[in-house]
Amino acid sequence: MTTTENPAATDTRTITLRVNGREITRTVSTRTTLADFLRDDLDLVSVHLGCEHGVCGCCTVLLDGQSVRSCLMLAVQARGHEVETVESLSADQTDLHPIQEAFAEEHALQCGFCTPAMVLRCKEIIADGRTRTDEEVRREISGILCRCTGYQNIVNAVQNASRRCASTGQEA
Amino acid sequence: MTATQDPARTTEEGPDRPAFTYIGKDRRRVEDPRLLVGRGGYIADMKLPGMLHAAILRSPVPHARIASIDVSAALEIPGVVAVFTGEDVKAHMDPCMNFGPATITQYPIAVDKVRYVGEAVAAVVAENRYIAEDGVDAIVVEYEELPVVSDPRAALEPDAPVLHEEHGSNLGYERTFEFGDITAALESADLVVEDELHWGRSAGMPMETTGAIARPGHNGVLEIYCNSLNFSYLQFLLAAALRIPSNKLKMQPVPAGGSFGSKFTAHKVPTLAGFLALRTGRPVCYLEDRLDHLMNSDHHGSDRYYKVRMGFTKDGLITGLDVDVVDDYGAYMQFGVGTHGNALSQAVGPYRFRDLRYRLRAAVTNKCQQGAYRGFGSEVHNWVLERLVEQGAAKLGIAPEEIRRRNFVLPEEFPYKIPGGNVYDSGNYPGVLEKALSMIDLEHWRKEKERLRREENRYIGIGIATTQERSVFSSTEFWFWFDEPPFPITSSPESATITIDPTGAFQLLLHCQAMWGNSPETVATTILAEEFGIEPESVNVSYADTSRALPGTGPGGSRFTVMVAGAVRGAARKLKKKLIDIAAHTLEVAPEDLELVAARVQVRGAPERSLGLPELAASAYFFALNLPPGMQSGLEESYTYDHPYTTLPSPDRSDLGVFYPIMGHACHIAVMEVDPDTGMTKFLDYVAVHDAGTVVNPKSLGGHVTGGAAQGLGSTLYEELAYDADGQFRSSTFLDYLVPTANEVPPFRIGHVETPSPYTEYGIKGGGEGGRMVTPSAVSAAIDDALREYGMHVRELPIKPADIVATVQAARAKG
Repeated sequence: MTTTENPAATDTRTITLRVNGREITRTVSTRTTLADFLRDDLDLVSVHLGCEHGVCGCCTVLLDGQSVRSCLMLAVQARGHEVETVESLSADQTDLHPIQEAFAEEHALQCGFCTPAMVLRCKEIIADGRTRTDEEVRREISGILCRCTGYQNIVNAVQNASRRCASTGQEA
Repeated sequence: MTATQDPARTTEEGPDRPAFTYIGKDRRRVEDPRLLVGRGGYIADMKLPGMLHAAILRSPVPHARIASIDVSAALEIPGVVAVFTGEDVKAHMDPCMNFGPATITQYPIAVDKVRYVGEAVAAVVAENRYIAEDGVDAIVVEYEELPVVSDPRAALEPDAPVLHEEHGSNLGYERTFEFGDITAALESADLVVEDELHWGRSAGMPMETTGAIARPGHNGVLEIYCNSLNFSYLQFLLAAALRIPSNKLKMQPVPAGGSFGSKFTAHKVPTLAGFLALRTGRPVCYLEDRLDHLMNSDHHGSDRYYKVRMGFTKDGLITGLDVDVVDDYGAYMQFGVGTHGNALSQAVGPYRFRDLRYRLRAAVTNKCQQGAYRGFGSEVHNWVLERLVEQGAAKLGIAPEEIRRRNFVLPEEFPYKIPGGNVYDSGNYPGVLEKALSMIDLEHWRKEKERLRREENRYIGIGIATTQERSVFSSTEFWFWFDEPPFPITSSPESATITIDPTGAFQLLLHCQAMWGNSPETVATTILAEEFGIEPESVNVSYADTSRALPGTGPGGSRFTVMVAGAVRGAARKLKKKLIDIAAHTLEVAPEDLELVAARVQVRGAPERSLGLPELAASAYFFALNLPPGMQSGLEESYTYDHPYTTLPSPDRSDLGVFYPIMGHACHIAVMEVDPDTGMTKFLDYVAVHDAGTVVNPKSLGGHVTGGAAQGLGSTLYEELAYDADGQFRSSTFLDYLVPTANEVPPFRIGHVETPSPYTEYGIKGGGEGGRMVTPSAVSAAIDDALREYGMHVRELPIKPADIVATVQAARAKG
């Protein structure tokens, strides 16, 4: 089979979407995943690929405010949507978002590979301002695998972030 | 050197132990800010100009001759640059580094034969990964299938099909060590417990896979960037495989998104990337995808079948341990049997018995090769040991905590030489047990267990287990297995270089791959802060590439914190001396009248007469005429710290020498509920107390404990790299290989006991693996305890709900 017989390899579309608050227009291969588009075309390397079959959740981004696995979406499917990655939370590492501060304070990361996904998921779940039990937090982060921490400190960080955002009135 | 030589003792133990300013405090990690903003600098984040991408065609069959490979259709795809097969690697490179038998050779692409599902058959190099995958799909391979060896015990039968014809059989290695008199020890016992146990395959399974980028650079130097470990130790072996001089191979460590052993000397990925770059003349990235990693990661963990016996007196004293183990090493034996050296370093656990026999047979089968996973094989032995102690206690009617108390080596007995020759440096095993017991109300749970069974028909079990946590390996464990080892290496050093720049700011250069999720920079900068009175966060840390790296071994065997602390402190001593000599010259006082306090050199008793680091640094770099006569300009010192305590094995191997003496300890207590009808388990409480000597950072050590315990839980209840009887791999996705989620992992309650090592700087011991080394024993004991009335006895990991239900149903059927 040659490429001329394999339109998937050459088919492209021009898409417009908002990424981290900015409108982006790009021409992409129709088979490019949203994760690869964000990483390779936009250099948003916080989007980490752990399994590329939708289980580990390390590639989690927020699409219109809801977490999705960007390895299971094509870039063209994000056309017209709003995508948020961890790059939107802080300008640089000396000016961390309260959620990121909470993760550092609670030692909720070791290798850092699942961390952007966990931070975004945290942002999503604490946005409602509701108080949660640790058990609830565990259930709500269970779609993302962490191999380093044993999760406990991530649970603590979500609770810590929830308190920080509530006390400062900052929107998560 | 004799096997009993005692090394210099440091001063960090006992009541005179100095107070620390930074060591022992909960501090935020210096690695975190970059990781929190998604700039971890992982291998997948690197893009080199003109970089190509490789994808691998992997064998769908476990054992076959490769009759033909047709790559023509792949080469026609626009964007495919080249395709390489076993013929190419055979023609242009030598076999991969190998510490196993010389007659079992391995290449990064299979030559002539495939020996397991997932072995590489061809590599496609293309303009991007998508096109490379198209190329993989277009390759046509004809396999002539061969009989399969799946069960390691069957592999050792005389008529078994042989994987490596040159080796002649599937017995990769066999040896029996006997220390003391095991026959007499068991004959004199009042009770001998016998068992057959199987520890199933799991693996480190980090969220980031292994990857490498290789680039043909200037002056014929091949540059390899990779996230796997130990290449300042072993780089020359990789150069040899690629047939290039070692000074023409520059390896640059890249931070890893977790390893847990899986990237420890993970050599095939960088070797393959290097080969592809040399053949194409272009930069090439090879990054495993998860399927690659699951079926063909550089290695899976241990997979062992045991026949074991342990003797007890009627009072519960252990008399001896007889081990006969067949270890399923898979198709290649890249690291030899070092995972059993680990087991021998703590073969008797924390217990005092003196008679031990250890028979090992390493079997070669049609499975992925084996290697390191957190514990490196000692965790398996510990599970076996604790399974037997548990049974002895139950049969003798002694409480599990009590039988351990009766057998513990006591604090006053250290340093303690165990059967086999290794030395335990220090410890307080009763103290750790009592601390764990103080954190949980055992009597409450024991009453609750009876009440819940009686009133609510619920099944609660309590599991108590201990482990030794050997740390700081010596390389002798890799060759004492052989009577005439080809390369009886005794070094495993670590180095550090401290530079104070002309403004007084600190640079710290480490000489190995170190950042793989642990906290190397936090640890090293904490030590630097302790020595100079600066803030850890102010230090910039970087990692040397192999063209300028000093001797270094990297993380592994829970060695890094101890070793890097020794290296940093050594370099700090040298640099402090230079600062004081400069200050003495400038202030016109004797050096011995000066001290370094809070980043200033001051006169003892007259701190107003002092010089700050910026002033001293300016002198050192720019005012040579102000320096003492003969002193060189600049402020940089390096130090290479060698293993603090290792001795040679005796020639007849009646004594294996001291090879893993920095000995931590842990005790876990698990309270679990088990549903006999579904086999589902639930944690009601879990306490974990660890003694890793002087704690550098309680928070990060606690992170190791919980993370390790979660992995131990995975190996015990969920994770299995399964092969069926036909050698087909059944765990090739994360839907099959079950990494525990936050729902499965309980909150672990952590406690620390500190028994400083007498042999290491600051008294630190390693603590990276202990969590995983004890959870399997605690959970197995808790499940047995919950369903004791049904005769539940965990013999195999992972424990599957179906196995629990089958045991219960069989017992109920018997009535």
